[in-house]
Amino acid sequence: MAKKDKLSGNEAVAIAMRQINPGVVAAFPITPSTEVPQYFASFVNDGLVDTEFVPVESEHSAMSASIAASAAGARAMTATSSNGLALMYEMLYIAASSRTPVIMSCVNRTISGPLNIHNDHSDSMGARDAGWIQVYGETNQEAYDNLLIGTRVAEDPSVMLPFMNCYDGFITSHSVENIELMEDDEVKAFVGDYNPQYALLKSPVAYGPFAHHTYHYETKRHQAEGMKNAKAALVKYYAEFEKITGRHYDLFETYKLDDAELAIVVIGSTAGTAKYTVDRLREKGVKAGLLKIRVFRPFPKEEIAKALKDVKAVAVMDKTCSLNDAGAPLFLEVRSALYDLETRPYLVNYIYGLGGRDVKTSDIESVYRDLADIVKAGRADDVYRYLGLAEE
Amino acid sequence: MSNMLEIRWHGRGGQGAKTASLLLAEAAFDTGKYVQGFPEYGPERMGAPITAYNRISDDPITVHSNIYEPDYVVVVDESLLDVVDVAAGAKETGAIIINSEKAPDAFQAQLKGYKGRVYTIDARKISMETLGRYFPNTPMLAAIVKVTGVLDDETFIEAMDKSFNHKFKTKPAVIAPNMEAVKMALKEVKG
Repeated sequence: MAKKDKLSGNEAVAIAMRQINPGVVAAFPITPSTEVPQYFASFVNDGLVDTEFVPVESEHSAMSASIAASAAGARAMTATSSNGLALMYEMLYIAASSRTPVIMSCVNRTISGPLNIHNDHSDSMGARDAGWIQVYGETNQEAYDNLLIGTRVAEDPSVMLPFMNCYDGFITSHSVENIELMEDDEVKAFVGDYNPQYALLKSPVAYGPFAHHTYHYETKRHQAEGMKNAKAALVKYYAEFEKITGRHYDLFETYKLDDAELAIVVIGSTAGTAKYTVDRLREKGVKAGLLKIRVFRPFPKEEIAKALKDVKAVAVMDKTCSLNDAGAPLFLEVRSALYDLETRPYLVNYIYGLGGRDVKTSDIESVYRDLADIVKAGRADDVYRYLGLAEE
Repeated sequence: MSNMLEIRWHGRGGQGAKTASLLLAEAAFDTGKYVQGFPEYGPERMGAPITAYNRISDDPITVHSNIYEPDYVVVVDESLLDVVDVAAGAKETGAIIINSEKAPDAFQAQLKGYKGRVYTIDARKISMETLGRYFPNTPMLAAIVKVTGVLDDETFIEAMDKSFNHKFKTKPAVIAPNMEAVKMALKEVKG
């Protein structure tokens, strides 16, 4: 039976970790992810989990210890944010290429500088090609659910890749909202034990050997296959999860998109603010819709193209900037996904919310207004735009 | 969402405005509402102005922005009126509640033409009389509940009793004085 509660995103994720009861948690504190290992450490202290908790001396060590524990055959988890993730960067690739399904919550915070503790997606977006599955949550409920489902996906024998559970710093991590928790035994039954085919403590295998040009490339090809398989695994475990909880998930979420003429593609908590705005616009007769990215890695390109093909104009919103004079990551990938369509919507990119700049319903309304203008004018002009800048 | 109540808290670091917003969210949750309670994190220092927010609704809440047009504003520290435009965007159908020993009409000039209702409550007096120390957040929490009527007194008192028993598990001696502060504050809101 589900249990209704009111929790912050970080509390919810720590509870999910308690319910999973992983073999090892290794973590180093950084705002706004600190509460996750902090709450978890209290569970360890209170004897609620059997986990070996390793309070390491840096995020680089947190990831190294997690990889080692996973290679040994344990289920390993950690959490970080921002510059903490940046310090792990080297080891992120090692986790992915070693096929160690480490589970990490990335509580999204901007990468310094200038120094700033607030939310945007520049941390996890910077690691988008490290070989990790990346799933983004809109709410504390999704942060909780994504961690449970992600653990299954990462450890699926056809996948065996590390999993990044991303949710917005402060906005989701520190806000108290309603949530439905699964019972401990339901989680235990859903996630199950971790029994990898290969593990240092189980069979004579080598992790991290030198791979010449004779093997390195093939290893990457195998990783790519694992990432491809992750898509099917996500769909499979979403269905299984829905049977238990009644909560329906898919690779992405559409909101009033079926007959929409104007649409926003967005990641994370801003999707909720945009849904509210879509409802207001629909009351006024504007055919507004929304596509919320849940799974960014692997990127569901065919599915997204299909969902957007009949829309007239689309704004892709990036909470990070690539500083490349071409477009931010989500925009470039959505644009690429639509390339093979016979008729394509107008597509523009909005950079928004950097360093915690609040995103108001009026900001979202202005995007839909811009889209209506584009359709009316029959051209998009500058496709690389900034939302909510002080000078505007 | 016409039935959504939006509340903005203005306080100074250390006065417990964030905690009060979370306690209000908890109390409203206990009566079956959908809730949000969140602070706006800034430079967190004792004494620096801070803002916290609540949304309370009968329906699920999806908006995740700060609150710019609050129904109610709670001013935990009177001195903020000189520093922060607490009435900014405040709806005239709602109210502003100020922690002060003064009467509500003393604040007309500082509230820049705000046309809604204004209430005051002497949270310092209540806090000193019950807790013996200055923790204005509990009386202010009771005051906002009283003014909004989001919970009836009895339900609120029950919810606070539960919260304090949980929050102060390790220092049970402060539970009764806090409950006394709640009950006194419910009676002493002036408007």
